[in-house]
Amino acid sequence: MSGLKMPLPDAATLARRAEIVADMRIIVPGEGVVDAENAMRVFETDGLTAYRQLPMVVVLPETVTQVSRILKYCGERNIKVVPRGAGTSLSGGALPLADAVLLVMSRFNRILDIDYANRTVTAQPGVTNLGITHAVEQDGFYYAPDPSSQIACSIGGNIAENSGGVHSLKYGLTASNVLGIEMVLISGEVVRLGGKHLDAEGYDLLGLMTGSEGLLGVVTEVTVRILKKPETARAVLLGFASSEEAGQCVADIIGAGIIPGGMEMMDRPAIHAAEDFVQAGYPLDVEALLIVELDGPAAEVDHLIGEVEAIAKRNGSTTCQISTSEAERMNFWAGRKAAFPAVGRISPDYLCMDGTIPRKELPKVLAGMRELSEKYGLRVANVFHAGDGNLHPLILYDANKDDELARAEAFGADILRLCVKVGGVLTGEHGVGVEKRDLMPEMFTEEDLNQQIRVKCAFDPDHLFNPGKVFPQLHRCAEMGRMHVHRGQVAFPDIPRF
Amino acid sequence: MTTFTPSTPEQVLETVSWAAAEETPLEVVGHGSKRAIGRPLRVEHTLDLSQLTGVTLYEPEELVLSARAGTPLAELEKLLAQNNQEFAFEPMDYGPLLGQEPGRGTIGGALATNLAGPRRVKAGAARDHILGIHAVSGRGASFKSGGRVVKNVTGYDLSKAMAGSWGTLAVVTDVTFKVLPRAATEATLVLRGLTEEDAAHAMALAMGSSAEVASAAHLPESVTGRVLDGALRGKGSTLLRLEGFGPSVAYRFDRLSALLQGHGSHERLDDAQSRQLWREVRDCQPFADGTPRAVWRVSMAPSQGHHMVMALRMQTAVDAFYDWQGGLIWLRMEADPEADLLRALIAQYGGGHATLIRAPAPWRSAIPVFQPQPPALAALSARLKDQFDSRAILNPGRMGI
Repeated sequence: MSGLKMPLPDAATLARRAEIVADMRIIVPGEGVVDAENAMRVFETDGLTAYRQLPMVVVLPETVTQVSRILKYCGERNIKVVPRGAGTSLSGGALPLADAVLLVMSRFNRILDIDYANRTVTAQPGVTNLGITHAVEQDGFYYAPDPSSQIACSIGGNIAENSGGVHSLKYGLTASNVLGIEMVLISGEVVRLGGKHLDAEGYDLLGLMTGSEGLLGVVTEVTVRILKKPETARAVLLGFASSEEAGQCVADIIGAGIIPGGMEMMDRPAIHAAEDFVQAGYPLDVEALLIVELDGPAAEVDHLIGEVEAIAKRNGSTTCQISTSEAERMNFWAGRKAAFPAVGRISPDYLCMDGTIPRKELPKVLAGMRELSEKYGLRVANVFHAGDGNLHPLILYDANKDDELARAEAFGADILRLCVKVGGVLTGEHGVGVEKRDLMPEMFTEEDLNQQIRVKCAFDPDHLFNPGKVFPQLHRCAEMGRMHVHRGQVAFPDIPRF
Repeated sequence: MTTFTPSTPEQVLETVSWAAAEETPLEVVGHGSKRAIGRPLRVEHTLDLSQLTGVTLYEPEELVLSARAGTPLAELEKLLAQNNQEFAFEPMDYGPLLGQEPGRGTIGGALATNLAGPRRVKAGAARDHILGIHAVSGRGASFKSGGRVVKNVTGYDLSKAMAGSWGTLAVVTDVTFKVLPRAATEATLVLRGLTEEDAAHAMALAMGSSAEVASAAHLPESVTGRVLDGALRGKGSTLLRLEGFGPSVAYRFDRLSALLQGHGSHERLDDAQSRQLWREVRDCQPFADGTPRAVWRVSMAPSQGHHMVMALRMQTAVDAFYDWQGGLIWLRMEADPEADLLRALIAQYGGGHATLIRAPAPWRSAIPVFQPQPPALAALSARLKDQFDSRAILNPGRMGI
């Protein structure tokens, strides 16, 4: 673990471990409590495998009542809780703590209701993202957000991370596709937000919960919107001699009023790695490759394909292939979808970054990355959700070589600083977790962060949910109570009447 | 009794800090176009944001627009239209319904009240399009959240928390919204003569098809004559809206019409008429009658709306029409608002919520305007309010907390 400081384990809690395990076994009978070291080993990390930590105990509840009793127990005794879905977080959101209960929601794995009249699916949080689509695809429906881990990641985890995917430019992130949840607070209270109706009442607590990274509550039921599958989908593969041309092509497509279902860009190193791996037929003599997918009614897709082709030509595209069959469309995607493992083949290890930038800044950011690549002596390959400006630089390194992990992390941090500098953000879809926690001040002032922590105080006043994640420093709620004093003054005798 | 009219975010901070220090509540308003919604306030001072105006960033190719919170919505919509863009959430205008002139309201107000329109079923509400904010909390601390890019999960989404908070958490000074291309054209398929039950069925079929229906509404016989200058007078009208590129709209119209053969007689409204119709549905034109009769806005699962309305009609005199495939129900009560009866029936038919949008002030003081929440949820909401506005100086009581 390179320099990451987690909250110090609480000695009093660790001293009571045996008692806590025994009490957990009373709440969750059977095999739902795991405390043997070798059995807990599978839970010691998530998708960010550079960090590992054994939990105090792993609990796998099966009912909402059990979740409620576990949280009430922990809340009353000041015991930390780390919620975990499928454990696919790329930012260490589910990294255990030595003195925390790891609350694993994988047994909540049932679809509860499919309602075609209202186009909703209600599921337990451990159902996978793809499991929702599988439950309705025989009737021509699907769930739109499609993070690349969709075969494994859970819908509860998607709520925690506000997951996106390739299609989020057109169909939105998780936040716009979830209608309701049931959740349990640290007090053990069970509350419902929203339902099958389109807008939840009162404050937008659902909006706050989505993307809260397991720091506010535990989701026990989810209702999402499903969509009818588009009648058809076709993809265009476009090669360019420079990323500037490719970037301008993206801007012109959107400028023409076209919102593609997906619009992905890859740079030369990513193209070569992918082509070597899956032989998708990508051109190897280009600096940037664009995959533009148009979906919808056939008449619309045919019309727009023509427009995209014309725009690409105006921007100097050197290759332009249009898929004529479903097999060909899938083939265009094969290389992009295999980009991460493809890079895994050419490097022992890689770090996957996740910044978002205003699209027009792409050439500047790519140039900056090339400079940083030389500075740190490490290679980088880029895949990019071009439509919404979400970058995934893959930094190649070898963990067995002395300081390469540390260098890769410093390189990654510099890339994210660059993203923020050009008007972007630290994370587009992977979450802050532990990975980007200490970079939060690059984007937020102390006052910005304090207001976020105050939201946490409303849900979890003792900071028992997932401490050590998201916030570089978590001030105690009692200390947050002080009023803001403006330049040392509280009295405003002559407040101007503007 | 003072009205503060700041023209910079710094002045907003000064005013709120002063009010927080003095523990003196403020009514926060933009144009005041929605002032008559919510529990009437008893406050001495007004924070008027109508001078806090101006577009601070607009990059059409990046699909992003930032403005000061007091910027008139109409001005921004005009600017966007010049670039063939729009706010896809289609913010409704409460003016006509509340007996005020149309076309007023600020972009900050659109966020604070989480405006939406008939396209809600496809494109979401203001909450789904807000990217970032700058604001001053009731504690007198300025903060920002979000950014100017569409894909962003950095920290809690405090921008969304502002949506539907009716100015009770913080004073938003700056907003950044996602904007989208305007549809090249639109058309509406009108199904005539369906009962409310048949209409619910037809709308579900349409929304569940691949025709990409952007809006689905049903105007019963008593209401249908009150749109399009009476052009739809007669039998009930079920309205299905298609938007997009010309060839696509034509193709989908035929597909949709074929799918719904046997569901009433079919008529077609072309671009101009379709736009006028949906603007009127959006703004609740049928009940913009100049009277103070109580009007409720009810949100339920789309398939349940008409069941609830039919049960309500058995017990009281009410006029109703449906948007959002039946999930948004506008109700005009002929006499008493019947809040308890209405809310009990909503609970009985699968849940949802009712907001008393139009009613004389004494009723709005006596009846919870916003849906009361179960105790644990109400307590959580109160704690959230306290974390933003611990001295309860921003629109205190407007939402019931």
